[in-house]
Amino acid sequence: MNSEQVIEVRGLTKKFGSLTAVNNLDLNVYSGDVFGFLGPNGAGKSTTIRMLLSLIKPTSGEMKIFGKSITKDRKEIFSKIGAIVEKPDFYLYLSAYKNLEILGKLSGADTSKKKIMEMLELVGLEKRYKSKVKTYSHGMKQRLGLAQALLHDPELIILDEPTTGLDPQGMKEIRDLIIYLSREKGKTIFLSSHILHEVELIATRMIIISKGSAQVEGTVEELLKGEKVVVTFEVDKIEEAMRIVNESKWKEDFKSASKSEINFELTKNDIALLNKYLIEKGILVSAVVPVRSLEDYFLRITEGGTK
Amino acid sequence: MITLIWLELQKMFRKWRTYIGFIAIGFLAVVVQVALYFTGAKMIDFQMRGIEQSFVMVGNLFNGYFIARFILMALIIHIPFLIVIVGGDLLSGEATAGTYRMLLTRPASRFQVVTAKFIAGWISVLLLLVWLMFLSLIVSLLLFGSGPLLSFQGMKLVIIAQNDILWRFLCAYLFALISMSTVISISIFFSSFVQNAIGPIAATMAVIIIFIILSAIPIDFFQTIKPYLFTNHMSQWDGFFSDPVDYNDIFRSLWFLLAHIVVIYGITTYIFIKKDILS
Repeated sequence: MNSEQVIEVRGLTKKFGSLTAVNNLDLNVYSGDVFGFLGPNGAGKSTTIRMLLSLIKPTSGEMKIFGKSITKDRKEIFSKIGAIVEKPDFYLYLSAYKNLEILGKLSGADTSKKKIMEMLELVGLEKRYKSKVKTYSHGMKQRLGLAQALLHDPELIILDEPTTGLDPQGMKEIRDLIIYLSREKGKTIFLSSHILHEVELIATRMIIISKGSAQVEGTVEELLKGEKVVVTFEVDKIEEAMRIVNESKWKEDFKSASKSEINFELTKNDIALLNKYLIEKGILVSAVVPVRSLEDYFLRITEGGTK
Repeated sequence: MITLIWLELQKMFRKWRTYIGFIAIGFLAVVVQVALYFTGAKMIDFQMRGIEQSFVMVGNLFNGYFIARFILMALIIHIPFLIVIVGGDLLSGEATAGTYRMLLTRPASRFQVVTAKFIAGWISVLLLLVWLMFLSLIVSLLLFGSGPLLSFQGMKLVIIAQNDILWRFLCAYLFALISMSTVISISIFFSSFVQNAIGPIAATMAVIIIFIILSAIPIDFFQTIKPYLFTNHMSQWDGFFSDPVDYNDIFRSLWFLLAHIVVIYGITTYIFIKKDILS
């Protein structure tokens, strides 16, 4: 784990009248993290991000970014942050190029044509750089949002649902870009997303919040360690496989069975052991399919599941 | 700060609504000039009818200065309504578009952002008045020539010599700049509360209309409060065409309007800095 703390939040609280949107939240994001910020709708994710970006004043609590106070060292801090807050909105009557030029100048970025075109190329909008943003689709605006967040080469990138509205290919491209920015460029990424699979794939650390409060925080591995996962084994001889399972210790982990599939609830280590056991007993296992572990975990933590 | 102001101006002048005022003034000034070109001489005869037996007037009385003042008097009342179209959108336009989230997550502070908006607004007023000055004064001088200025002050006729006019026009336009800056400041103030431009435009217009009506009601109470209504001070630009010029009155109105601008700017800045951006 990296030692340098990029975001430090202590006891952050925001109340709108009688509604407590964020309640005594603590957060730690370290340099180089791809930090997943998870929570169901209305959990307080966007409110937290808005407070981090000083769009909303906290009711109480302390926030430090790069070890400095947002209110006292705003200029220095914000020159090192790139962000998309909720959906990226632009000056619709201006072209993508002009939008980037204006927003880049506000961040003190290099706004030469070469640099802006580089950014537009990175997000695949170079051919539409002259078009007014009002002619853009939601996905294109999302890409342009990323371009404006990256234009001034920030150290910390805060992304609030960056893949919303993108097609699967677009989502993958954004995921790859985030991984590239983290691994190759050493950027710290604060990623809020409701797509758990996405966070599971790219986040190094994460926090799950619910009803404004943090439920758990840690690395994805730490959080899922010891967690049982529902796993589907596709087998050739289902009756024989069931007989073998019922005569073994694996009977306790059995969940259900269908025509050619048996479902178990297993830890990650047990998946390999059961697979080996079935093969040794002459059962041909054609596939082992785990149900998304983080999704299960998330639903249990946020009490939103039906299980 | 200069970058911020420049960017605000770029955004402003890439919106078509910014040009409504310029187009309207251009249209009206030209229409008035054309109408006066063909029928305006009769107006001078009409205004001189009571004194033409006693005085002999020589020179070009129906000249560019006369037309410029006529246009200024005719249009200056309506310019506030053109100005608020721009001012009412300055802050609320960002809320409508959702661009506050982009704008306010940059290194510039909210104080700098709102100050840049105010300065850009005042610059737009300046440009509109420069446009008005160009059309009403310069074009009129080119079309109608120069000469002394006849200025009717109630029952009094003041004739201002040709070489004593230009500075009066410049001062009148400068005063108008302060008057109109007060108006745009009020519209920016209203603009800081809402998420669309219609509200601030309507609210500013309502304030101006209400204050003008109150000033005109011949009841003691309203006449008592009249000196405290900013609309009452906006027409002091015409004082520069008196002889002698009553500087006390002019400066009293000037300070009053400037105080309005400073207070409105201060309150708007305070509200904007404290505001939660939820759009």
